[in-house]
Amino acid sequence: MAEIVLDKVTKRYPDGALAVQEVNLEIADGEFIILVGPSGCGKSTTLNMIAGLEDITDGELRIGGQRVNEKAPKDRDIAMVFQSYALYPHMTVKENMAFPLRLAKVDNATVEKKVKEAAEILDLTQHLDRKPSNLSGGQRQRVAMGRAIVRNPKAFLMDEPLSNLDAKLRVQMRTSVSRLQKQLGTTTVYVTHDQTEAMTLGDRVVVMRGGVVQQIGAPQFLYDQPANLFVAGFIGSPAMNFVPATLENGSLRSILGDVTLTDRVRQLVEGADAPREVIMGIRPEHFEDAALVEAAALSSGGKFTHQVDVLESMGSDKYAYFNLTGEQAASAELQELAADAGSDDVPGDGISLVTRLSSASGAVEGASSEIWFDADKVQLFDPSNGRNLTYTER
Amino acid sequence: MAGIGGAETPAKKWGWGVLNTVVVIYALIPVLWIVSLSFKSSKTLSDGNFIPREWSLENYQNIFSTSEFTRALINSIGIAVIATAIAVVFGTMAAYAIARLEFPGKNLLVGVSLLIAMFPQVSLVSPLFEIERSLGLFDTWPGLILPYITFALPLAIYTLSAFFREIPWELEKAAKMDGATPGQAFRRVIAPLAAPGVFTTAILVFIFCWNDFLFAISLTSTEQSRTVPVALSFFTGSSQFEDPAGSIAAAAVVITIPIILFVLFFQRRIVAGLTSGAVKG
Ligand SMILES: Nc1ncnc2c1ncn2[C@@H]1O[C@H](COP(=O)(O)OP(=O)(O)O)[C@@H](O)[C@H]1O
Ligand SMILES: [Mg+2]
Repeated sequence: MAEIVLDKVTKRYPDGALAVQEVNLEIADGEFIILVGPSGCGKSTTLNMIAGLEDITDGELRIGGQRVNEKAPKDRDIAMVFQSYALYPHMTVKENMAFPLRLAKVDNATVEKKVKEAAEILDLTQHLDRKPSNLSGGQRQRVAMGRAIVRNPKAFLMDEPLSNLDAKLRVQMRTSVSRLQKQLGTTTVYVTHDQTEAMTLGDRVVVMRGGVVQQIGAPQFLYDQPANLFVAGFIGSPAMNFVPATLENGSLRSILGDVTLTDRVRQLVEGADAPREVIMGIRPEHFEDAALVEAAALSSGGKFTHQVDVLESMGSDKYAYFNLTGEQAASAELQELAADAGSDDVPGDGISLVTRLSSASGAVEGASSEIWFDADKVQLFDPSNGRNLTYTER
Repeated sequence: MAGIGGAETPAKKWGWGVLNTVVVIYALIPVLWIVSLSFKSSKTLSDGNFIPREWSLENYQNIFSTSEFTRALINSIGIAVIATAIAVVFGTMAAYAIARLEFPGKNLLVGVSLLIAMFPQVSLVSPLFEIERSLGLFDTWPGLILPYITFALPLAIYTLSAFFREIPWELEKAAKMDGATPGQAFRRVIAPLAAPGVFTTAILVFIFCWNDFLFAISLTSTEQSRTVPVALSFFTGSSQFEDPAGSIAAAAVVITIPIILFVLFFQRRIVAGLTSGAVKG
């Protein structure tokens, strides 16, 4: 076990592609850290550099305080779980899991014992003599995990280990990966493009975009205090709503009506030297049916009335979707997020808004509703560079 | 198999069955004819019966009675085995590099080997003859092994690189992560998976060398290095008036046996290789 430090680590592929740029990251001993971002943002490249499967172009990688840039993967004592599982098809489950131990010239009795232990933890005991081709996806995934844990490595690296499973199994495996990591207490770097996995699994999350780290922090912190538009739009499902807005002597004018900034927000905005034109971001849960809001809060928040486009009742609460006419918030970050989500080619002009209302709301699909939002929860972004103007490191 | 023609109706099954039988019979009749000829005595050789009226081993005794055939057999086996071994070893290395590595001149290498494979061999016969004469390679084993390797290598590289491409690269990365040196990763993970491909290639190359007539007849002159296909063409009867057809038939049967053994011996591995390549797990 050991801490892993990336010190200005950069990767330039031989074809000139700059895949990872000056990543600084300190991973504590025993920490579960997630690299997340849209596909092509350099997550796998970063992981492969830690593994030693890709050379580091620039910067330094230290494991347990030691520079390992020049070390071969086998000398780094790190185990890896691949997206494709990469099980050896000509070996049985048992031989697959024993392979790292055999290479390390561990004696037979110990190999037997360790494989048996790992198989018990992963519930693979009755499959030990089968070949990978006869196993289900979930079982293969567990064998891959087993092969990683048998030799108590310094760290685990996992590259989208659950993305080949179907949705239900993925949720199950997610909890068992989390439990396993807590149980073993081994430093783990986990790559995913799924923000739900990132939010639920990690102690800390690293959000990447185009080879550059956007923000590092605990999942809740990233959710509450995204450093920029990209993180704000990437973390959270359904995603944060973005609306163009104008700042004018302490009030905020937008298609959702005018609101007076709360003192907290005004101070932050003034401190951040905000431009006049901004992008306003509001999470779906910060909206409410105006009829259900107390009078005091009602007057301090923003209000707008519009026809409900679609209403989904989830039992515990209701999601009301609106389609407002107006210019969409425009920025490079939002475009990239839309492209990644595949929604950039969904037809429809105007601003779509997702709001989460309590189940007591009387909103009806097709009818107009008055919706309130919490002015203190508004986040403002600079459209030119995506910076969060209301960011605080609390 | 299923899915070739959609649903399997009984009529379709019958149709395929009949077609298969016809093809197999068409292919086997000449072979059976040769076998039949080889067991006929010289008197009944030309009686036109498909099944010999009296079975005799006369022809087999004849061909093994002189050194002419046995010597050729030894030459054939030796030359084909050596050429196959060398071509497969170098072919494996080259194919692995082509499938896995990016290096300058890679496309050139592939292009040149394709060019060699397509080159009409007959046009090389006279230059090779001259070259080997002046180098003292004419009528020696190396004199045949070298051109065989030249033409077998592209074949080996092509089949093997197709097999290597089928092996997921991540397996090798996984082996490295599990603590293997590049050598160990190759020996314990890649080689076992590539084995069916190597055997298939070995068989193809062996058959190519075993069957060659063109180089063998042009680049040899004596029993010292004459291979079986050539020796066959030099068969004469014991007298001027005797028909050597019986001996030729017997020799033809004998030289088919190694190939059949070779294929039967490796068959299971080949089939396993072909299907593992076709069905991605
Ligand atoms: N072997 C390679 N050669 C050149 N460019 C590469 C190579 N592998 C990845 N890239 C590029 O590097 C960037 C990051 O890739 P990757 O780390 O695989 O992204 P992710 O895992 O986040 O989807 C991509 O733009 C990709 O095209
Ligand atoms: Mg990736």
